Amino acid sequence: MDERLASALHLLPEYLSQHVLLSAAALGLGVAISLPLTVAASRHAGIRWPVLGVASVIQTVPGLALLALFYPLLLGLSSLCRHFLGFGFPALGFLPSLLALTLYSMLPILRNGVTAIVGLDPAIIQAARGVGMTPGQRLWRVELPLAAPMIMAGVRTAAVWVIGTATLATPVGQTSLGNYIFSGLQVENWVSVLFGCGAAVALAIVTDQLLALVELGVARRRPRFAWLGLGLLLAGVAAAGAVPLAAGGRAGYVVGAKNFSEQYILAALIADRIRGTGYEAAERADLGSTIAFRALAANELDVYVDYSGTLWTNILGRTDAVPRAQMLRDVKEELRRRYGVQLLGPLGFENAYALAMRSDRAAALGIRTIADLARLAPRLTLGGDLEFFARPEWRLLQARYGLAFHARREYQPTFMYRALMSGEVDVITAFSSDGRIAADHLTVLEDPLHAIPPYDAVLLLSPRRAADPVLRRALSPLVGAIPIGLMRQANLQVDRTSDKFTPAQAARWLTAAAHLPEQ
Amino acid sequence: MIALQRVSKSFDGGVSFAVREVSLEVPERSFLAVVGESGSGKTTLLKLINRLIEPDAGSVSIAGQSAKSLPPHALRRRIGYVFQGIGLFPHMSIAENIGITPRLIGWPEAQIRARVGELLDLVALPRSYLTRRPAELSGGQRQRVGIARALAARPAIMLMDEPFGALDPVTRDTLGAEYRRLHDDMRLTTVMVTHDVMEAVLLADRIVVMRTGNIAADGPPHELLTASDDPAVRTLMEMPRRQAERVRALLQERTARG
Repeated sequence: MDERLASALHLLPEYLSQHVLLSAAALGLGVAISLPLTVAASRHAGIRWPVLGVASVIQTVPGLALLALFYPLLLGLSSLCRHFLGFGFPALGFLPSLLALTLYSMLPILRNGVTAIVGLDPAIIQAARGVGMTPGQRLWRVELPLAAPMIMAGVRTAAVWVIGTATLATPVGQTSLGNYIFSGLQVENWVSVLFGCGAAVALAIVTDQLLALVELGVARRRPRFAWLGLGLLLAGVAAAGAVPLAAGGRAGYVVGAKNFSEQYILAALIADRIRGTGYEAAERADLGSTIAFRALAANELDVYVDYSGTLWTNILGRTDAVPRAQMLRDVKEELRRRYGVQLLGPLGFENAYALAMRSDRAAALGIRTIADLARLAPRLTLGGDLEFFARPEWRLLQARYGLAFHARREYQPTFMYRALMSGEVDVITAFSSDGRIAADHLTVLEDPLHAIPPYDAVLLLSPRRAADPVLRRALSPLVGAIPIGLMRQANLQVDRTSDKFTPAQAARWLTAAAHLPEQ
Repeated sequence: MIALQRVSKSFDGGVSFAVREVSLEVPERSFLAVVGESGSGKTTLLKLINRLIEPDAGSVSIAGQSAKSLPPHALRRRIGYVFQGIGLFPHMSIAENIGITPRLIGWPEAQIRARVGELLDLVALPRSYLTRRPAELSGGQRQRVGIARALAARPAIMLMDEPFGALDPVTRDTLGAEYRRLHDDMRLTTVMVTHDVMEAVLLADRIVVMRTGNIAADGPPHELLTASDDPAVRTLMEMPRRQAERVRALLQERTARG
């Protein structure tokens, strides 16, 4: 079988079960909140429009943004909570995803329910009062049974939305079928992207059909259908719940990865080494840059690879330039002091931000350094990845060299290289360890003013695992063991368009090529 | 006995009144018809009795007790209510519809079942209808179920709001006559709102004519038919007589020619 398909199938139980549990919890919570709100909104016109209005506005917020917004919100609440009550809660992963998806699920249920109840034949309501029903009896015996088919139709719509949107939980640290899509997109593994889409679609269709069975049972008053549909749905959720229970037998380590190939490869490598010691290791990939560090500091991750310059500017908030070795020392010291995070050591290569051009174009324009570039920049277009223009490095570059481009565009890294090769942009923000620099014959512009800080790849351990003997035994051999040439080759194996490796394959290749010791 | 004392109701905060300072007594076992044009306040008057509408002023008492001495739902369980819209519950069978008030009160199931069967006989529907849904019945059959539902918990009082208004003339006539017999047999007190003066004349012991929230006339049908001081009431009450005379004239013409 195709290695990419095999690896996708191997990940399916974990991704699918997480996706099912998240969607089911969000839908369940959404229904539990929406139903009382529906009743209240159908009773009182005064709260009907505010409730439906707010639900509609929430629906217009892009799904990814809604999920992302819960992270700072929960982070703030958590620190308040820790301050006043003495305990915090995770701001990443399941909780923000659950809350965002719950909000997302509410509109169809609310709108259908309110429409159904308000639209009931007035004669029936008058009769219900006339035969002597209390308001509660009217609700349970007449209004809800008659509105139930419409409410169920709303629940079906909500379920399909939630299952689709749950793929966006991946970047906030919640494993879902979106992991296939996000990491597949990153390394141009279209098998993985399609597999993720297909799995999400299949899950949505199956859920929708089972809910249709429940709806049919409710509408035709055939309780057997309703119970059958509900039973199968609950069985699915229970099965999904059993997967992590079955896997969680041994104490496991969680390895984090940001959202690019090198990170996937290194996470796979780290996980392999941990497994080599006989312990379980799970990978949590596609995390945003600072999200990964916060998760580590909060012990939600046990280990991941970050870069000294990133930590220096983004986490420690430093803007001064210091020599490479001193930066490593200072970062290590400060991380331990402020967060209790242990910097185990550098891996041996740098992955710095760099400005790169096609060699032919650079030669034609006579550009060798960023200083050369600055003179011609007003005629050129710069392509950056999605976070570069928000990063301090960009401000440093602008300030030191007085860079002002004709235009700038943002891309997923994969498409950024495409845009450079096709001439859509003249300059890109490359990573110095990227295999495509060699493969695409790019010229990396020199930085004579040292505006860009050094970016040594470093192993970070969470406060809880700072002195963990297993991690130390497994990971200490990696310190200083991976030269830039090998990392570039491994990255290229994953990024190239033909004969692609999966990150796991590249990690195995790297293990062998770097002569890492057996355990 | 139903007694209303200086009862008023306004739906626009006192600018105009649907019912204005109306006092009315309905003795036990009497059959009162309330007639009047649309908007004259007759439906409001009826709904004030079982508190589907609460009065702004005045008081309502039933069998000597204030209507306010019970919660509204408890009051309504003791008063049958039939209206033009019928309002059968579409998700319940005919048996469940008829048995609803006894079930709300908490009768034992066996007793409810027996009562439902008895009522189907009473309104002349076959027992096979018990398991049907309202949608499977004709308009006349549905109103028979509506009447059976209203009678289920053995109320002493029946309030009827245009009960036969949506039915075809033949069904309407039959059902009206059948109901009058039930009224007598079960010793009910009935207040029926109708815009059909003929129906009122044929069924009721007493007719109240409403106009702009007031009682314009009140008396036995024959009295109102023959004598009223109020010209508008006279016009209204003369209609059935004129119609009857025209029908008689037509028939005589036919007989004379024949």
